[in-house]
Amino acid sequence: MITPSSPHVQRATSVQQVMLTVWAATLPGFFALIHFFGWGYLINAILATVTALICEAIVLRLRKRPVARFLSDGSALVTAWLLALSLPPLAPWWIPVVGSIAAIVFAKHLYGGVGNNPFNPAMVGYALLLISFPVAMTTRWAAPEALLADGHSLSTTLRAIFGGLSAESPVIDAITMATPLDTYKTSINGALATEVRADPVFSRGWQAYGWEWVSLWYLIGGLFLLWRRIITWHTPVAVLSGLALCALLFSWNADLRVPLLLHMVGGATLLGAFFIATDPVSSATSNRGKLVYGAGIGVLIYVIRTWGSYPDAVAFAVLLMNFAAPLIDHYTRPRVYGETGRS
Amino acid sequence: MNLISWMRGARQTPSDDFPGGIFPPDRKAESLARPLEDAPLAPRYILPLNQHIGNPAVPVVSGGEQVRTGDLLADAAGVISASVHAPTSGTIIGIENRPVAHPSGLTTACVVLQPDYRDDWRNSDPWPDFRAHRHADILQRIQQAGLTGLGGASFPTAAKLASDREHVTTLIVNGAECEPYITADQSLMREQPARIFEGIDVVDELYRFDAILIGIEDNKPDAIEAMRAAVPVSLADRVTIRTFPAKYPSGGEKQLIQRLTGLEVPSGGLPGDLGLLCHNVGTLAAIADAVLRDQPLIDRVVTVTGEAISRPGTYRVRLGTPIDFLLEHCGAASGSLERVIMGGPMMGFALDTLDAPVVKATNCLLAPTEAELPSPEPAQPCIRCGLCEQACPVGLLPQQLMWFAQAHEWEKADDHHLFDCIECGACAYVCPSHIPLVQYYRFAKGTIRAEQAAHEQAERARQRFEARQARLDQEKAEKEARRKARAQAAKARKEKAPSSAAGPAPTTGSPDDPLRARLEKAEAKLADAPEAHRKAMETTVRKLRQQLAAREQSPAQETQPPQDRSAT
Repeated sequence: MITPSSPHVQRATSVQQVMLTVWAATLPGFFALIHFFGWGYLINAILATVTALICEAIVLRLRKRPVARFLSDGSALVTAWLLALSLPPLAPWWIPVVGSIAAIVFAKHLYGGVGNNPFNPAMVGYALLLISFPVAMTTRWAAPEALLADGHSLSTTLRAIFGGLSAESPVIDAITMATPLDTYKTSINGALATEVRADPVFSRGWQAYGWEWVSLWYLIGGLFLLWRRIITWHTPVAVLSGLALCALLFSWNADLRVPLLLHMVGGATLLGAFFIATDPVSSATSNRGKLVYGAGIGVLIYVIRTWGSYPDAVAFAVLLMNFAAPLIDHYTRPRVYGETGRS
Repeated sequence: MNLISWMRGARQTPSDDFPGGIFPPDRKAESLARPLEDAPLAPRYILPLNQHIGNPAVPVVSGGEQVRTGDLLADAAGVISASVHAPTSGTIIGIENRPVAHPSGLTTACVVLQPDYRDDWRNSDPWPDFRAHRHADILQRIQQAGLTGLGGASFPTAAKLASDREHVTTLIVNGAECEPYITADQSLMREQPARIFEGIDVVDELYRFDAILIGIEDNKPDAIEAMRAAVPVSLADRVTIRTFPAKYPSGGEKQLIQRLTGLEVPSGGLPGDLGLLCHNVGTLAAIADAVLRDQPLIDRVVTVTGEAISRPGTYRVRLGTPIDFLLEHCGAASGSLERVIMGGPMMGFALDTLDAPVVKATNCLLAPTEAELPSPEPAQPCIRCGLCEQACPVGLLPQQLMWFAQAHEWEKADDHHLFDCIECGACAYVCPSHIPLVQYYRFAKGTIRAEQAAHEQAERARQRFEARQARLDQEKAEKEARRKARAQAAKARKEKAPSSAAGPAPTTGSPDDPLRARLEKAEAKLADAPEAHRKAMETTVRKLRQQLAAREQSPAQETQPPQDRSAT
């Protein structure tokens, strides 16, 4: 007779299932990225994932943990995948590799492995890359495929990625382009919104060519996660509301600052709101806590994008709020049944 | 409203709902396919003396004695206790330590009965017109019938009914039965609703409720219909049968109160604090049997189910029936059972022996196959997904409590309301990392209770030690004072001897006056004396003051202080 403790029944669910669902939910956005911006995202994803899995296996072995069981939980895959989705697609090959190593070895395992990392590993990797390799991280964004005469061929993409930073700069110049957020932010200082909008990066589509569709697919993936009850609505709604509120307050004049809609769909906002800020390990835990945490991220995204020196800001906003999560948790303990008068 | 208070504010839940909760498959249909059945007489009955919360009952029979059905076997020991009666007629074999159904696997003293299969009832005195009897007599009858709450906790019913009847205005009847598989209450409501209403009538006679709320989950349409049809005319204007969507754990007393009234029982309080009295439907039926028919609690409805049982159903089982006998009767292939759970899959516990008997708390025996309820998977690290928090009906932070339990941070766990946890298991049910959360909470609660007990013991020991120390100090001081007084007296005599008309005696206020010194010392001690021996010190001080006063009135005696008598 076996006598385990109650409850004796469990919902059929597992960490692996949660992780793989999150991973699957990013796929529509991922395919949209490849569709609009070429093979670079696929190569990034492969490089980041392979590196992450190798690092995970090595560290697990060093830490004397069951390698197969932890490797198959899918957490390293999701970390690497989210990092790859955030990186410039034509960045040199060592960018996703270094980012993955930083994410898995430093941000994840040095803090105790899955479940124990106070900071979002993918965003630690991203922030480290952005600070250490600003040129590679800002000049290697792919031009939308439709704007190129003969698209992103696999061979030019490979040459850009594996040729290093200085190789064949004419080739690379031809296929890269500043992101819409960057373009708008730098050009709006001396121009009107209509003039800025004349830039080819805005030439098609209703906001920023390609990006709005990618964002839409991220939104759909995020709604799928909500439906599957992997995430709750609190974090994404708070992130988007925080950002929207700031944009309405300070960006009402599109001739001065990046307007609301471009904030929403022009960058990594929706990826951040549904997939990165919702990382449960590093976020606040209670529902109210998630509202505060998400709103903080939304506000910080706007603040850094507008008054900081980086065009996009999801990584820094998430990391800063990761710092605040324990404090938020302390102040957002839910009221317990029957609890009376707490000071 | 400032930000912090908003962040800590009340949760908004509709008044007929509680936060969290889970929706496990209910698996009740299997045991409800057939009507309630009487289980056959067993070849032997084992009746633990402690089937309830409180003191074990005291046996009043001995080996070899003949008993009839319903005869008293063991009497309640005090208020929080319940008596035990013979489930059938036969011979007492003896009082032995037997394995019982308890998570600890311990044995306890049990009366063992060999039935004679005549089932010969003792003389009884039915009270069909129970209203003609005094409340005290009705209560006594309930007390003597050995009733306990049949919903699961087994709290002695008489003790519950004896408490504060003045302020209770509403009866809450618990027919929610939210746990998967368990159908004992549903079957009772479906087939014998009249018994339940008789019980309600009896309790109402004692309390005169303003309202009687019966809560039933909406996955029991047959029970709801039968109960609606059975409401007696005399109660019709006060009885409300409330149904609500099935959600585990609606049947938890606190959650049911929240669903039916929108009120919350204060933390650490009782439903009585809200003017509510809660009873399970099974308990009410047993109250009716006890008062109207003079039948003590000798049987109860038990669901026997699970895929390892070929004839699942609900059975009216005599208490003390060995579990293996009952399972065999229900078609379990004995020896092939992987696991038998007493109670439901959420809160029940797995038995480590099937020799144990059915007791007052046994609402369900569940014998699942491994495929039906697989053994738990190895726990993985918590990924802080927060599903447990979404599921907690009490509004706790299950994962924080787990961290605290893991880190042995008992104070923090207590501060995070560990003791409000009802151990319903909803958190562990949804955990994707398969962490046995409830086990952590039980461990933490057990450790905290043990530490508190140890602390109290240490505190008592410290007080004893300090009292002793103070007594020794006092004795030493008194000895010293006597010695000084003697020395002084000797000195005075010496001084007196050479010149009998010498200078005046030392003033009473002189600094080296031993009596005054002692008084001062005693007063100082009194100021910071622990509560325990403050009284003794006060007496000492009072005596010293009296002596000092007496001496001042007759200074002649000064050279012979009265307290010196003992020394002479």
